[in-house]
Amino acid sequence: MLLGETFLIALQSIRGNLFRAALTMLGIVIGVAAVITMVALGAGAQAAIDAQMEALGGDILSIGSSNRFSRGVSRNQQTLTTDDADALARDSIYFDGIVPEIDNRQQIKYGNTNINVTILGTTPNYADVHLFNIAVGRMFDSSDDAGRRRVAVLASEIPGMLDTDAAGIVGRTIQIRSISFDVIGVLESKGSSGWRNPDDDVWIPLSTAQFRVAGNDRVENISAKVREGVSIELAMVDIERILRREHGILPGADNDFSIMNRKQFLDTRQEAAEVFTYLLAGIAGVSLLVGGIGIMNIMLVTVTERTREIGIRKAMGATNGNILLQFLVEAMVLCLLGGGLGLALGAGASYFASEFAGWQTQISSASIITAFTFSATVGLVFGMWPAKRAASLDPIDALRHE
Amino acid sequence: MNAVAIPEPQSDVVIRLQDIERIYHMGGETIYALRSVSLTIERNEYTAVMGPSGSGKSTMMNVIGCLDSPTGGNYWLNGRLVSAMNDRQLAHARNRDIGFVFQTFNLLSRMTALANVEVPLIYSGMRRRERHDRAQHALETVGLADRMSHRPSELSGGQRQRVAVARALVTEPSILLADEPTGNLDSATGREIMSLFDKLHDSGNTIIIVTHEKRVADHAARTIRLSDGAVISDGPSGDEA
Ligand SMILES: Nc1ncnc2c1ncn2[C@@H]1O[C@H](COP(=O)(O)OP(=O)(O)OP(=O)(O)O)[C@@H](O)[C@H]1O
Ligand SMILES: [Mg+2]
Repeated sequence: MLLGETFLIALQSIRGNLFRAALTMLGIVIGVAAVITMVALGAGAQAAIDAQMEALGGDILSIGSSNRFSRGVSRNQQTLTTDDADALARDSIYFDGIVPEIDNRQQIKYGNTNINVTILGTTPNYADVHLFNIAVGRMFDSSDDAGRRRVAVLASEIPGMLDTDAAGIVGRTIQIRSISFDVIGVLESKGSSGWRNPDDDVWIPLSTAQFRVAGNDRVENISAKVREGVSIELAMVDIERILRREHGILPGADNDFSIMNRKQFLDTRQEAAEVFTYLLAGIAGVSLLVGGIGIMNIMLVTVTERTREIGIRKAMGATNGNILLQFLVEAMVLCLLGGGLGLALGAGASYFASEFAGWQTQISSASIITAFTFSATVGLVFGMWPAKRAASLDPIDALRHE
Repeated sequence: MNAVAIPEPQSDVVIRLQDIERIYHMGGETIYALRSVSLTIERNEYTAVMGPSGSGKSTMMNVIGCLDSPTGGNYWLNGRLVSAMNDRQLAHARNRDIGFVFQTFNLLSRMTALANVEVPLIYSGMRRRERHDRAQHALETVGLADRMSHRPSELSGGQRQRVAVARALVTEPSILLADEPTGNLDSATGREIMSLFDKLHDSGNTIIIVTHEKRVADHAARTIRLSDGAVISDGPSGDEA
């Protein structure tokens, strides 16, 4: 009844000064938009980073060949060998698994279907270290590797690319560079890690790859899974010690290999995401504060402008409470309108940010509640003082106000 | 102190002023808008208040209307000491007991005549439809049936005054305070308003009316004359002080 009436009076008063109201709401609009974007992106970015961490394995160090400079000329060569991998496995106690690998793109053929895919030559522990599961058949084992057997394990999308399915292709033969390989297993899907799709590779034993396909014992990359509880830094130092010894690098000379720490990389991304979230939180806080002060200012102006109206209403029987409510509701309606606009703006901003950054974002009911809670609170806090001032006006003084 | 605490015994007395004083301090100067005004007004009395400009007529009406607080003395409204009433009780008195027609109308400029007349009914908690009907009826009574959706700025001075009268009547208050309600009206419309007041008086209302015109004062049975904030005569209308 009276609350509804109060609401109508507030709306009329805002409509009477629409442009001013819009300007006043701006701070709230930006503040709430920042809150919404922050909530949406913050959660999305965190989820994306966690997923990548999971997929890549944050505890895996990746060792690669590095370009060596001699007489100012960079020589691009592969410096890592199977022996390096063996030395690491033998001489360091810091690793759960050492996985050497080589890969190159090759044509494969099954029936009449030809496709061009990445052939990954690696050791049997690749699946364990990189957290793959076998869907059908089996993974190759050390005797397959030692025997340089022509066996292949297919990632989950390969059977489909060859116009068949997992059950249909295990036990059949495919051609890799016109060499026949027996398909012994198909993997479960892993999902994209953000860098590359791991689900369209073909795996063969490392020795087979080196001697039947590549023709040498070089490896491109060695993954080293750090034992739980061992610090990444310590593990990196140990790799450096062993490989420098293996490669006979003199003290003072540069490494001919590089160690990439994926966790570091992900940590950096996470920090960036956090900084972004704090930045948004800062913008949100400042905007809401400035917006609130704007609301307070405009409400004080409104109260002064409408002093006579307040006097008249009091003379007609309005209580102090009625007047307080009227101006408080007006401040809150302003803020809630601002909150609604801010919600729309924030939803749009999150949408574009997610398109741009590839992060999953969502405007949940929680963020809608957040938007309106924030704006209502701002209205309540910053509208209270002007409303109290209006309510405490003396009727006759207010009536005489020009 | 004792005298203050004793409630007003006579039930027929609706307004009792005792040594009411209203002082304004202007710089070093002290202005007595009202000085030691004592009077009683009984139920259904019809009283005119006269006096030169600046003699304190409006000030007295504001005190009686519970809008202004006297700086001295006591005022009982319907037997209750007004200075002891809280905000809600004062608001209730202004809303239910008293209808006030201001000398300067005091209409809300952003609202239509009808909405203006509805304002007191909003604060008495009346439902929209009934409020609307009552306000419409009040405006018809003052002859403004065809001007209901006009804003004050679209009305003549006399029409505004009649809106103010309608707004004062709409809550059917038992006491009607009118500060020069015919000041801006031509004699014909003034007579209509006065016959309206006469009717209200006949139906039991207590009426106090401020006026400069003897013709208007003659409608009242009693005339109080103020000069320089003090009551200089109080008696049946028509007697020249
Ligand atoms: N707020 C105020 N501050 C200072 N003096 C005031 C104030 N209000 C009224 N007065 C003074 O009080 C005296 C009485 O004023 P009031 O308005 O009651 O006169 P009035 O009898 O109604 O006059 P009029 O016939 O012109 O309406 C005047 O001298 C006026 O100057
Ligand atoms: Mg006056």
